[in-house]
Amino acid sequence: MTDNTAVAVPFMEVNPELCKGCQLCIGVCPKSVIAISQKLNSASYHPAYYTGQDCTGCGLCFYACPEPGAIRVIKP
Amino acid sequence: MKVFEKSPSFYQVFERKSGPAKEATHYCPGCGHGNAHKMIAEALEDLELTSKTVFISPVGCSVFAYYYFDCGNIQAAHGRAPAVATGVKRANPDSIVISYQGDGDLAAIGTAETIHAANRGENITVFFVNNAIYGMTGGQMAPTTMIGQRSATTPLGRVAGVHGNPIRMCEMLATLPAPTYIERVCIGDSKQIMKARKAVRKALQIQAEGKGYSFVEIVSPCPTGWKMDPVTARDWMTEEMLKVFPLGVYRDESGNREEGDWHRHYEGFDPAKVNPYLDRLKTSMTESEPVALKQDLNCKFAGFGGQGILTLGLFLSQIGMRAGQQVSWFPAYGPEMRGGTANCSVNLSSRRIGSPLVDEPNVLVVMNQPSLDAFEDSVVDGGTIIIDTTIVEGKPDGKRLNAVMIPATEIADQVGTPKIANVVVLGALAAATDAFTPEFCMETLRSVIKKKSLIEMNMEAFRKGYDFVKNS
Ligand SMILES: Cc1ncc(C[n+]2csc(CCOP(=O)(O)OP(=O)(O)O)c2C)c(N)n1
Ligand code: SF4
Ligand code: SF4
Ligand code: SF4
Repeated sequence: MTDNTAVAVPFMEVNPELCKGCQLCIGVCPKSVIAISQKLNSASYHPAYYTGQDCTGCGLCFYACPEPGAIRVIKP
Repeated sequence: MKVFEKSPSFYQVFERKSGPAKEATHYCPGCGHGNAHKMIAEALEDLELTSKTVFISPVGCSVFAYYYFDCGNIQAAHGRAPAVATGVKRANPDSIVISYQGDGDLAAIGTAETIHAANRGENITVFFVNNAIYGMTGGQMAPTTMIGQRSATTPLGRVAGVHGNPIRMCEMLATLPAPTYIERVCIGDSKQIMKARKAVRKALQIQAEGKGYSFVEIVSPCPTGWKMDPVTARDWMTEEMLKVFPLGVYRDESGNREEGDWHRHYEGFDPAKVNPYLDRLKTSMTESEPVALKQDLNCKFAGFGGQGILTLGLFLSQIGMRAGQQVSWFPAYGPEMRGGTANCSVNLSSRRIGSPLVDEPNVLVVMNQPSLDAFEDSVVDGGTIIIDTTIVEGKPDGKRLNAVMIPATEIADQVGTPKIANVVVLGALAAATDAFTPEFCMETLRSVIKKKSLIEMNMEAFRKGYDFVKNS
């Protein structure tokens, strides 16, 4: 996990092992900055990931995600 | 800085969950239970209520909610969560009590408890996850299943004239005068989710202020039961379910109720007043001086249903209680119940007992072959294993364990009936552990066996079991 204090711009991150690939976060992201990985995690799901730019830190993906620990969003 | 992350109201690691993925929930991808859990956890944290919350899990997919919430947890029988919540809240009026239920639990088997808890205006919060189906058991019709919706039990779709119409719980409960707050929310899109978060928070706030009964219905997807992918399920929910289950506040009396009005705490729960009644219910067990135990007994008794395995545990518990020990008795009904096996765990200790489970027994009684295979390895080194050789053919590791081989069923049969093999085993156990004198055990049995005509037969069975071990 990224260190909270070191960030200057908003970002989101997905814990690929906890993600179940449901894609709900992708649908709610106003900036369309989340995508699904080609890789499989150890539970055989294709996890979501942050494409790396333009996240506003709105947190909507966090609330849409059913998994308590899969998404973390930081808005400095 | 704002950080959106896993709430500290959840356990960091879900230790109670089996399997390798101890930080992920057991829910299917896209299941609404996860969203509902997150909203509740967040509200508990923000309102600083987590440490005084008791979360009642239902039967249904959320039966394992106690894996996740770092608060008090009780798992109730199917549909009975509001009744359990009533008891917990009345006995602990300062706690926050959550009854979390699915539609099968709340609106089918538990309809009576739901309505009466609401009608009494219990100061509890009910979170009702309406996913229009029985998720856990494989997608059968629920009371909230939509007309035309296919399910395992309505393969051609629900028909009003055959199966009845979907039940609207918010509307029904809102006809009652007692509830303080009733709202229906949904988690189909971000706007709905933000509203749902507010409703969850408000419901808990009302309880914290002692203003009475709050009920939040969360219209929620079950992609697995609906046979849809998670995204399609959320769309279908918003488009179809909300026609039948309109969102909104169905009752809000929170502004008109005084703080503390709806605390329900009766003097009748004063133990000093209740105990005399309980004393009267006690069996006429002979009083006795406490007996010191050489060591704690952590026992597992296992066999077929019908062999009196659970009663054996009860007898030993009674002996332990009469001897002034701390005692626990815990029957286990695993899935193997279907194969007709039964087991129970019994602890006898001079100290308070933390958990009634016995994972590493120092006394194991085995009355059928599968139990030997299942439990032998769990016995601690040097522990005692008592085997009914009339039924069990295998032999335990005699080097590691103190093996007591006794044809208990055969002895019982000679005494009068194979049904009292458990008492023969109890005699063997008393002899093998030397925990109590045979006289003390037999006196206890005399006072706890209900059918007086059977007492002498039981005495003989016990004595034969005891002597068999002492003489061999
Ligand atoms: C007394 C009893 N009756 C029936 C069952 C079987 N059973 C387990 S879960 C369930 C229905 C659960 O459906 P719901 O409450 O909608 O919860 P979901 O799994 O959809 O979250 C039933 C009928 C049971 N466990 N106990
Ligand atoms: S925080 Fe908002 S902008 Fe950033 S990824 Fe999540 S939904 Fe998209
Ligand atoms: S919503 Fe959560 S579980 Fe679903 S794909 Fe996104 S991160 Fe993964
Ligand atoms: S069966 Fe339905 S309710 Fe149960 S975990 Fe899966 S999606 Fe959720």
